[in-house]
Amino acid sequence: MTENTAFASVDDILGTAGTWLDEGRKVAVATVIKTWGSSPRPVGSRLVVDADGAMVGSVSGGCIEGAVIREAFEVMETGAPRMLEFGVSNEEAWDVGLACGGNVQVWVERLEA
Amino acid sequence: MKRATFDAIQTARAGKTPIALVVDLSDGTEALVTAETVDGSLPDEIVAETRTRLRDSKSGVVERDGGRWFVDCHNPSLRVIVVGAVHITQTLVPMAAVAGYEVVVIDPRASFATRERFPNVQLVDDWPDEAMEALAPDRRTAVITLTHDPKLDDPALHVALRSEAFYIACLGSRRTHASRLERLRAEGFDDETLARIHGPAGLAIGAVSPAEIALSVLAEMTAVLHEVPPPLKSANTNAASAA
Repeated sequence: MTENTAFASVDDILGTAGTWLDEGRKVAVATVIKTWGSSPRPVGSRLVVDADGAMVGSVSGGCIEGAVIREAFEVMETGAPRMLEFGVSNEEAWDVGLACGGNVQVWVERLEA
Repeated sequence: MKRATFDAIQTARAGKTPIALVVDLSDGTEALVTAETVDGSLPDEIVAETRTRLRDSKSGVVERDGGRWFVDCHNPSLRVIVVGAVHITQTLVPMAAVAGYEVVVIDPRASFATRERFPNVQLVDDWPDEAMEALAPDRRTAVITLTHDPKLDDPALHVALRSEAFYIACLGSRRTHASRLERLRAEGFDDETLARIHGPAGLAIGAVSPAEIALSVLAEMTAVLHEVPPPLKSANTNAASAA
């Protein structure tokens, strides 16, 4: 079949998550589940993070990844999934608001070994 | 996400089976749904809604009777079938692959469809109608003919026009395209069917080089995929299309 692997690896975000888990790394997966307004990444977009902060994929244009990673570290430890919500009305808008004026809900969970 | 769930999704993706992960947002409980199977506990109407969303590749939150589920659709990659292993194809293949498409190139001419010219793509050297029948274009498939040669392009178009392919485009000048439409009309295709063909292929961005033409075609394909009217279409044309 096709051999597009040389190009596709950047976007196989779940595949990367599996590889990291197999290497014994702790892994959390953040998924955009709902958007309102002009959010930069569509529903289903993913960010995968390990305990050292290595990441692949995205849930925004770079605006909220820092905050999502901080939450992901805790989810990796506790195993309890979390729902995060970001928007311009967020009290933390100064550092994690979406400059585009959109709102986004992100589901963060641990990938179980 | 449970490891078993993760593995089932990866197995389905590898086998090109459409699968949806359904997460109960109250407690994180997971279920997996395909066209034929349900693995996990879900209300029937949520299963039905999930299958509709999977068919339309529409992930999102579903709410019913106070419950909330996230339906996460994993469909096989979009696919683009390119007829003609020409210079433009050499630039279009890596661009389309980066954009997330699985790419197949059809060309029965041995000097064009070589592994040296196309190191990273599925090459099919059958005659285009035969090759297209075998590849069975569906609603997640685009078909682009680039040979300029009716002997090769037309048989591929015969199959494409009878399929649900979401984008069908042909390289060639307006004059070439007009005579192409005449031939196809004479072979029994009606105007509504022929209107599905984007010709000359691509947006009018003044593309000259093979890479620029590939970019203009990929841009038009993207616009059609997302059902927005292709901009820059009627005002003028690519330099290369005018030839």
